[in-house]
Amino acid sequence: MTEATETSVRNDVRAWLEANWNPELGLVEWRQKLIESGWGAPHWPTQWYGRGLPVKFNGVVDEEFRRIGAVTVARAGIRTLAAATILDHGTDLHKEKFLKRILTGEDTWCQLFSEPGSGSDMAAATTRADFKGNKWIVNGQKVWTTSAHKADWALLLARTDWDAPKLKGLSYFLLNMRQPGVNVQPLRQMNGYASFNQVFMTDAEVEPELQMGKNGEGWKIATTTLMHERRGADGLRGWATASTRKGKIYDDERAEVATTMEPYKWYPQRAGRVDLLIQRAKDTGKYNDPLVRQEIAKVLTMQKASEWTARRARAAQELGQPQGPEGSLGKLISSNIARAAARTHTLITGADAMLSGSDAPMDGTISEILISVPACSIAGGTDEIQRNIISERVLQMPREPSTDTEKPFREVPRNTVMLGKR
Amino acid sequence: MQFAFTNEQRDFRDILRRFLTARSPSTEIRRLMETDQGWERETWKKLNQEMGLAGVHVPEAYGGQGFGCVELSIVLEEMGRALLCAPYFASAVLATTAILNAGTEEQKEALLPDIVTGEVVATLAFAEDNGRWDADGVTMTAEASGGSYRLSGTKSFVLDGHSADLIVVLARQPGTSGDKGLSFFTVAADAKGLSRKALKVMDPTRKLARLSFDKVEAKLLGEAGKAAEPFAKTMTQAVVCLASEMAGGAEKLRETSLEYVKLRMQFGRPIASFQSMKHKHADMLIDVEMAKSTAYYAAAAFDDNAKDLLAVASLAKACCADAYMQTAIHAIQVRGGIGFTWDEDTHLWFKRAKSSEVFLGDPSYHRELMLQHWAA
Repeated sequence: MTEATETSVRNDVRAWLEANWNPELGLVEWRQKLIESGWGAPHWPTQWYGRGLPVKFNGVVDEEFRRIGAVTVARAGIRTLAAATILDHGTDLHKEKFLKRILTGEDTWCQLFSEPGSGSDMAAATTRADFKGNKWIVNGQKVWTTSAHKADWALLLARTDWDAPKLKGLSYFLLNMRQPGVNVQPLRQMNGYASFNQVFMTDAEVEPELQMGKNGEGWKIATTTLMHERRGADGLRGWATASTRKGKIYDDERAEVATTMEPYKWYPQRAGRVDLLIQRAKDTGKYNDPLVRQEIAKVLTMQKASEWTARRARAAQELGQPQGPEGSLGKLISSNIARAAARTHTLITGADAMLSGSDAPMDGTISEILISVPACSIAGGTDEIQRNIISERVLQMPREPSTDTEKPFREVPRNTVMLGKR
Repeated sequence: MQFAFTNEQRDFRDILRRFLTARSPSTEIRRLMETDQGWERETWKKLNQEMGLAGVHVPEAYGGQGFGCVELSIVLEEMGRALLCAPYFASAVLATTAILNAGTEEQKEALLPDIVTGEVVATLAFAEDNGRWDADGVTMTAEASGGSYRLSGTKSFVLDGHSADLIVVLARQPGTSGDKGLSFFTVAADAKGLSRKALKVMDPTRKLARLSFDKVEAKLLGEAGKAAEPFAKTMTQAVVCLASEMAGGAEKLRETSLEYVKLRMQFGRPIASFQSMKHKHADMLIDVEMAKSTAYYAAAAFDDNAKDLLAVASLAKACCADAYMQTAIHAIQVRGGIGFTWDEDTHLWFKRAKSSEVFLGDPSYHRELMLQHWAA
């Protein structure tokens, strides 16, 4: 076989799409056809619905899909992380059972990792899985689970050995969400939205063949799931955008994307909406207030410095220069910007900042900024954890002495009171 | 727009860093800062003979190396880092740039080669007792008399003004204001009627002087009454250079602070293992890296003559000044009591951070300029 080039890949996918793309097909029907061809996930192995191509060609393939207006495989949400983890660590049975239905969009997934008692310290999970009779029996509570109420399956991290140290006693399971032992409750946030869920498991069952890896390998596998999350599931995942074309298959795809993206609709406000500052200052007649001008200029300075820092990291990487520290700082910088922007919006808005919804400026958007920004410095790793990571990995500062990694987990002090629970 | 340095630029920085580390240890900084002049002529000449630093950005026609603002900014960043005691900012940045921007071909050929070799040390006298950094603040008058001019008035905050050989002066035609009637002049240090007084300075590595002119004979530099534009351009470049110098100083402080906390033991462990120190250092890293990004961007914008150059230059000045000062405050704090002593070196950079924060306009001033230029 000759080696694939950008041109050969483009020609191949174009030829296949021209011969096969049919907007009259149903969404799942089309995707089944697409998956069999290997063009749905071209970087996956040939025996599992892919073409074994390097991931760098995914962009070319995407371009051809967009050009002809063809619908792609389902790629929004946690399902792509499930697929990547299953490809890495799953058995043939797992791959057989799940991969195709992930790509067709028939199955939706969620991630059951975080718990009320283990946030930043995720490996301190206390949800337990006990092997009883011929099944795993799961008891415990998970939290911050996006789309759990819509999910068919879950990636589950649970403790199977309480005498092993913290990181060694966890195991990884694929849990059926559609069973009586699983109860999903929306988790209402301080900004009124309920983008996440709490998941209560009471004697929920997992077939032994749906354990992934061996007992005690849960943390290692969870780490690869998180790594795929950071890397955008190797090019398959993305902020899904649906085509604007007319037709039933497009309507169905749009509905799928809308459902997946629904929890994220307040995310622009969470980042502080720096883009609105100058216009708001002009609209409120405060653009000539020297104090307001200073604060706006401070936020714009941070935003530009942040943007240029990211460009600098990317440019050095493209030239193959040694990686500097500038690539690791983005998340913490964006928290700083969000907080500064919210402060400045308050300064500009004045008394109206006490209002919300239709009584508030911009039909509540400003109000939503003020009460959403605190999420920015918590979600996806708190600012404090980010600072630990930067200081330990980039600056090579020593870790704090640990008190919980060596002894049996059973002896590690744990949360007894859940703060904030009524 | 250039976002990464070329390999040649990286090599240049490496060589320069090694050179300046060897030439400007803190013993040398302390020796020179205790002198009235603050720098030494022989060392300055040698520096330019060996490295050609004063001519980095000067076209080859005038004896320089013909590089751009990006290379000049590398020099400034490394000098800020090394806290080199030399008349670089006064002579190579302020005076040289003013001559390049305002001078006639003949004047550039006559003045620049000696400045580039270090034979002549020059400075730019533009600010006055009112402490303003713009053309509006200039009140010194230049009266035309025959073929030459007579300057009367006072210049202050003149960098190395008491030790320079040649002074480029910004003055105005009597009765004018704002951008109108401004001209550049050159005055020899020993001109009759000029009296120079070294000011007592907070930052001993950056000497300032007050110069009184009583009908001092001066030569016109460039075109009469047309100095506003070259002056503005000179200020923009000086602001970009100062931003780079501050970014270099800030990074040096961040690095030495990190070394210190890794070695300092308290409560039986290096204090670098305490989260209070780790989080502070993560924040310092962010401040310094963001400052560097703005300084690099501003230098590249200068070379590209970018449309938003004025806004970007002011942004970089404000960002780097705040970052340098904040880093200096942290640098003293993480060292505890020792950080407040004279014998510890941190205060040398702390003082440079403080003087640079104000020099050429403080962060609030530049934030306002930035917003005005961006809106325009």
